[in-house]
Amino acid sequence: MLSFIITVLVLTGVMVFTTPGLLDKVRLGLDLKGGFEILYHAEPMEAGAELSRASLQKTAESLEKRANALGTSEPEVTTEGTDRIRLKIAGVTDEAEVRKKMKEPAVLTFRSAAPGDAVGTYSKIELVGSDFVEGAADVQRDKLNRPEISIKVKDKSKFAEITKRLIGQKLVIYLDDRKLSDPDVNMEIPDGNASISGNYTLDKARELADTINLGALPLKLTEKYSQSVGATLGKQSLDQTVKAGLVGSVIILIFMIGMYRLPGALASFALILHTWLLIAVFVIADFTLTLPGIAAFILGIGMAVDANIITNERIREEMRSGKSILSSVKAGNKTSFRTVMDANVTTIIVAAVMFAFGTGAVKGFALILIVEIVLSIVTNLYFAHWLLTVLVKAGALKKPKQFGVKESDIRAL
Amino acid sequence: MRFKKELDFVHLSRFFYIFSIAITVAGLIFLATMGLNYSVDFKAGSNVDVAMSKNITLEQLKPALNGLGISNEPQITLGEKRVNIRYDKELDNTQDEALKAAISKLDDKASFEVNTVDTEMAKELARNAIYSVLLSCLGIIIYVSIRFEWRFALAAIVALIHDAFIVVSVFSIFRLEVDLTFIVAVLTIIGYSINDTIVIFDRIRENLRFGKQKTYEDLKLLVNKSVSQTLMRSLYTAFTVFIAAFFLLILGGESIKMFSLAMVIGLLSGAYSSIFIASPLWLLLKKRQKSAGKSNPAKA
Repeated sequence: MLSFIITVLVLTGVMVFTTPGLLDKVRLGLDLKGGFEILYHAEPMEAGAELSRASLQKTAESLEKRANALGTSEPEVTTEGTDRIRLKIAGVTDEAEVRKKMKEPAVLTFRSAAPGDAVGTYSKIELVGSDFVEGAADVQRDKLNRPEISIKVKDKSKFAEITKRLIGQKLVIYLDDRKLSDPDVNMEIPDGNASISGNYTLDKARELADTINLGALPLKLTEKYSQSVGATLGKQSLDQTVKAGLVGSVIILIFMIGMYRLPGALASFALILHTWLLIAVFVIADFTLTLPGIAAFILGIGMAVDANIITNERIREEMRSGKSILSSVKAGNKTSFRTVMDANVTTIIVAAVMFAFGTGAVKGFALILIVEIVLSIVTNLYFAHWLLTVLVKAGALKKPKQFGVKESDIRAL
Repeated sequence: MRFKKELDFVHLSRFFYIFSIAITVAGLIFLATMGLNYSVDFKAGSNVDVAMSKNITLEQLKPALNGLGISNEPQITLGEKRVNIRYDKELDNTQDEALKAAISKLDDKASFEVNTVDTEMAKELARNAIYSVLLSCLGIIIYVSIRFEWRFALAAIVALIHDAFIVVSVFSIFRLEVDLTFIVAVLTIIGYSINDTIVIFDRIRENLRFGKQKTYEDLKLLVNKSVSQTLMRSLYTAFTVFIAAFFLLILGGESIKMFSLAMVIGLLSGAYSSIFIASPLWLLLKKRQKSAGKSNPAKA
């Protein structure tokens, strides 16, 4: 009995104190907070060229940097499959402008200072991305074992002329309008093979080499799919959905308690714990809550309620057949456990297949459903059964009436 | 509330078979002739959103658009200082420019947003969803065949496909809009339907252990008994899940209206098919086994 009281009190306390914080931390999808999502199909600018994993990754990174530069909040860029990039941006005022900017290929330029440029600015474009041999930029080490980047230029005489003219000056590397590095030209380079050295860390050098390779072979992005939700519309969807969920939940809890009395109240407690754990998992695993996620949430709660209903109906049935309360609870827990497990495992199989083979929204839905069913087994089977058994053993539940069973319905054994 | 007298679900199911087959046939006819009312997610074309400095009438807009030489007729929605024009075919660059120029003549402060929708992604998602469902059916067959027997698996899958199809049919018959969330709703319904069906099958399996059922009548009684034993649970569960979906429908946002509606229809269908379709169907399959078993010794 003591363990029952302590468990319930501690869990209630933990839930009450952590819930507001947890709710704030749930990451919302674009459909609930507004913003837009674009799925790009990437292909090399030049026909016939190959699309490498690295260049796709690099393009995704440069998209993210650009989105950041445009002042959007938390852009999310991910690569999908071999040739797709998914971009999610929230809180954009001028969507058309952002879309246009994002689609432009990353422009790599090597620039020098033109007459009249302020100190530190470089406007004369000496080389562009396509002047470099594709995929030839690489990281190597100089004599002192410092990382440096080797590059190869297609037009040797052009490069010789540039390097000759710029001896002692800087040849600055830009991606779009972002300055990446500003190496000095030390000598004329006649064979088109140059190395860029500086105080680079290995990571930095690798990044620069990748950027030059990407610049040499920029990817063309086409929008495959786009979805945009206004910020107010998203907020409205969320508020309404949460409100609908709350009203529905309260009615379900009232129904459970009205129907099954004290065991119903225990089941309600397990249901609340189940929901709280689910929110906690969302926060800890950093899942994004989207509309399909809410759908899975509702289905999961429905199934969790079902687990409790099955258990309690079974216990009632055992009681009506004339068994004692303790043996009814024991038998009810045991048989309903198997029933719920089979039903849940079958649903997990469906969800697992959807997770493995589905894409996008289907995958997210399946993942949440799996997590929820596992949580439900823990809370609504093990935990709820345990709570009930403890109470019965402690003698707190002595009358069939407390289970919502009429004395007149009980048959003699 | 308990039923003192047990209902003959097996007998009743005949009427429900007819009902379900009727809806299925109607659904098939509508699907074949009218198809589904797809939302923009599934339709290719160009969508033009114009923000204007003043309100514009259809009479002003129509002639301007007709003069562009774009063959297909656009769908125009007028809003407060906003116009949405949708073409079923994608506009090319020159048409795009001409359209902007024509509207700018009506209002020089108009600003545009042109989206060309590539439907491949939505279709791919739908295709993947269908494949996943078919594959899940395979998973269900294997698991249920191991834990129960193959007849249960088959009956469960018929019930599940029935529920998914009922929702698709209703959406087709009433011309309700099908968007991306619809796919998710159908998946949810399938998850619920299988859960609901397995619980009843579990009871049939349990009752099967208690006695030898020699005749079809024995089996029929057993199915009726199992369904009525789990009936309260089926109704209560259907009720609670229905409550959740119902409040989403009436209180939830506009963007999930269709989703919630699909859920409500599917949940009702799921509860109905578990009771009246799945279990009697199992009995039908089992009956064949019984009669086959009877005729075998006769041959020998």
